[in-house]
Amino acid sequence: MTAIVDIRDLTKTYGSGHQALKGVSLQIAQGEILALLGPNGAGKTTMISVICGITNPTSGTVTVAGHDIIRDFRAARATIGLVPQEVALEPFANVADTVAYTRGLFGKAPAPDRIEAILRNLSLWDKRNAQVNELSGGMKRRVLIAKALSHEPRVLFLDEPTAGVDVELRKDMWRIVGELREGGVTIILTTHYIEEAEAIADRVGVINHGQLLLVEDKATLMARMGRKEMLIELQEPVSALPEALSGYSLERNGAGDVLTYAYDSQAARTGITRLLSDLNAAGLNVRDVQTRQSSLEEIFVGLVKEDA
Amino acid sequence: MNWQAIRAIYTSEMGRTVRTPLQSLVSPVISTSLYFVVFGSAIGNRIQQVEGIEYGAFIVPGLIMLTIMMQSVSNASFGIYFPKFIGTFYELLSAPITYLEIVIGFVGAAATKSLVIGLIILATAAFFVELRIAHPVLMLSFLVLTCVTFALLGFIIGIVARNFEQLQLVPLLVVTPLVFLGGSFYSVAMLPPFWQTVTHFNPVLYLISGFRWSFYEVSDVGVGVSLAAIALFLFACLAVTWWLFRTGYRIKS
Ligand SMILES: Nc1ncnc2c1ncn2[C@@H]1O[C@H](COP(=O)(O)OP(=O)(O)OP(=O)(O)O)[C@@H](O)[C@H]1O
Ligand SMILES: [Mg+2]
Repeated sequence: MTAIVDIRDLTKTYGSGHQALKGVSLQIAQGEILALLGPNGAGKTTMISVICGITNPTSGTVTVAGHDIIRDFRAARATIGLVPQEVALEPFANVADTVAYTRGLFGKAPAPDRIEAILRNLSLWDKRNAQVNELSGGMKRRVLIAKALSHEPRVLFLDEPTAGVDVELRKDMWRIVGELREGGVTIILTTHYIEEAEAIADRVGVINHGQLLLVEDKATLMARMGRKEMLIELQEPVSALPEALSGYSLERNGAGDVLTYAYDSQAARTGITRLLSDLNAAGLNVRDVQTRQSSLEEIFVGLVKEDA
Repeated sequence: MNWQAIRAIYTSEMGRTVRTPLQSLVSPVISTSLYFVVFGSAIGNRIQQVEGIEYGAFIVPGLIMLTIMMQSVSNASFGIYFPKFIGTFYELLSAPITYLEIVIGFVGAAATKSLVIGLIILATAAFFVELRIAHPVLMLSFLVLTCVTFALLGFIIGIVARNFEQLQLVPLLVVTPLVFLGGSFYSVAMLPPFWQTVTHFNPVLYLISGFRWSFYEVSDVGVGVSLAAIALFLFACLAVTWWLFRTGYRIKS
């Protein structure tokens, strides 16, 4: 795989002495959608800021589309679009102008048709002549997205693009991300909404305390999530599992009144019916049954907790 | 060179002027007219002539210089400080542009604005007094060089300023006194000897003197010295700007 974004041993120590990135290495393939998850202060924004040229790396290298972000910053940055976490816009400019401004900054000749298409796609066309400070928060976020797309980037960073936006815009975002991906754009997004990562990402990365804890295909993670558990509450606690049930992957909790049965929900036979009748045959009376699914969220929370 | 980027910055900065014509263009014209009324008419009635020139006409070059210096500093410092303040500075940092291109865009726009203001004042002055411009090309060169140099100075102030207070303090405490005491309204020869000596340490004196020479061929210092002074000043500002960007001081952590 030739990575379109290639991060090697990236570290960042801020002037305050805080080490926000502690040796991150990550390769991102052309055309993939990578979701970066991580708690507040994990270093997600710092990583994006280094790649985009907003902060200097302390050590390590990054190339984007084969261009070093420092030595060859012009070529590297020309391929990148960024939707920052904080909404910051020139308040007195009008919408179409501020989007065209970004395109200019990135060295592209004016292209009103292109800007029109972007604004229409983001439902901003009606607002093209409005001043930015007359827009609602969600619309401002759309303007940020329009700016990031104005110069047709090949790599797009979305830093919490859906924080504080309504369901409609979130769905819109997901649709646009899908369309961009069709066009071969590589997308790196950070999010605190795990269902968002589930919905659109190809790969998921988890970052905490400036370290990348895991990067995995969503499909692999989903397979892990495919594991389901059934909690069987007994009327009477048992001190040990009866011999007859040794064929099942059953776990007894501390008090002995709850058994946990792990099974593959995707499998043709889950074995639940048989287990229940075997329990009955072994003389154990079931009071209640619950099933639960380990979600990406749990995997994520588990990882972050382990790391703490 | 990323000319598109320079153009984008330049036009967006100029756009602010067009959106706020009252603040940007009309107010300097009004204040200049007031100077004419106060200094030209009130005081001019008593002084009448300085070095053989009608007092009202004598102050015109100084008045133009005074205004364009202050305007260049405030326009440029505000122009670059504003994106830092509202948080849109990230866009400049993440764009495929060099610092030189950022400087050309912002300083070019600020200098253009004050140049326009300078020319408007010149035109306004023509209504009040009889003007004579002995060396138009030199006059224009002084004007342009001063606009650029002070816009650069403003740019530096805008980059270094941590808050609005600092943004206004430096112009107020440093630039304004230098400009007012630089001989806008009088000839240095009119001062007592001690203050004459002091005044010669004021770089602004050399600029105003040279500019005035391009009008009336009278000056406090030789016109060559004036040109050297502005060149030196410009070079110093360029050096500081270069250093700021090279080290990323207050720009990039
Ligand atoms: N300019 C700065 N100077 C000093 N420390 C900083 C600076 N920016 C961020 N940090 C610190 O670096 C760490 C990582 O911050 P970062 O913004 O990258 O986190 P994040 O993962 O984006 O968090 P969030 O989910 O809250 O956006 C934090 O501890 C933060 O306090
Ligand atoms: Mg962040």
